[in-house]
Amino acid sequence: MLKQIAILLSCLALGHLVVWAVGVSFPGSIVGMLLMAAALQMGIIRLESVKGISDVLISNMSLFFVPNGVGLMLYFDIIKAEFWPIVIATLVSTVVVFVVTGWCYQAVRRIRLMRVIRMRRARTSI
Amino acid sequence: MEFLSNRFFLIALTVGVFFAARSLQQKTRQVWLNPILISIIVLISYLKITGISYDDYMKAGTMVDFWLQPTIVALGVPLYLQLKAIRQRWLPVLLSQVAGCVVGITVCVFVARWTGASEPIIRSLAAKSVTMPIAIEVTNTLGGVSALTAAVVVFVGLFGNLAGLGLLRLFGISDPKAGGLSMGAASHALGTARAWERGRMWGTYSSLGLILSGIVTALLAPALVRWLM
Repeated sequence: MLKQIAILLSCLALGHLVVWAVGVSFPGSIVGMLLMAAALQMGIIRLESVKGISDVLISNMSLFFVPNGVGLMLYFDIIKAEFWPIVIATLVSTVVVFVVTGWCYQAVRRIRLMRVIRMRRARTSI
Repeated sequence: MEFLSNRFFLIALTVGVFFAARSLQQKTRQVWLNPILISIIVLISYLKITGISYDDYMKAGTMVDFWLQPTIVALGVPLYLQLKAIRQRWLPVLLSQVAGCVVGITVCVFVARWTGASEPIIRSLAAKSVTMPIAIEVTNTLGGVSALTAAVVVFVGLFGNLAGLGLLRLFGISDPKAGGLSMGAASHALGTARAWERGRMWGTYSSLGLILSGIVTALLAPALVRWLM
């Protein structure tokens, strides 16, 4: 398990190194995630040598948010003052994300399917 | 009384409360008994009653908080495992994620401004759709309040878990792949949990939506929000 943690932390460190070297403000952890996926794809890291720790962390992910969430106690005043803007903006935009994502996927698939059908028809009419 | 603010005691308390809340939810099967929500409420009450400051709590809290970033890296494993699934459909998958992200953030910023939210609040809401560790990182990059993001992310997840499938039916999204992508993109892990209950294809695509929307948001949100503000 410790070796798996070491591999994971190496990817994370490398991600932060890349962000620092490029000099943009971007989460190093996300670069680390992409590096992890790329290293697995290229066979640099074997799946068995990270699968265990990855499953443990992901299935207990919620726990790691708690300390951040406790920080809410510092912001009760702002939240009370801007309660409705927060709730309305959150609800409206969440519904929008649901609808736009689903519709967009279905629309692109439909356009592709129609193209395939048209090509088949063209072929059979010859 | 000094023991009440002991570092190791506070770590044990955080972890203990969380797992107690989780087993409570598993026993009762109530979505709104979300373990994160319950833990936050219990711990804030504890700190208020004992008079321990948040800064003092965070001396212990950072030990738990530390694992957020390694967890994002760990998400690279399911990402790799699902790359095979999207090889033939990468165009609609990616397009739907970019569209959902851009439109979602834009609407969020405008609605928040129209309803009178202040700038730090708007910055904290932009990344609220995606999985918690990424949302917090993005909010930090944007200069928002990450604790508020954490709370809103839980709220969004609960909403998606409870109302997501009904919303999709209402708007005629019947393709399991489209619906799964929506669930993951709009309400991260909590939506994905509900999607897995609906079916295997729903769950797989929801996990995919969860990871990809996180990446897309991390890539686009900073520039988009800067442009919109």
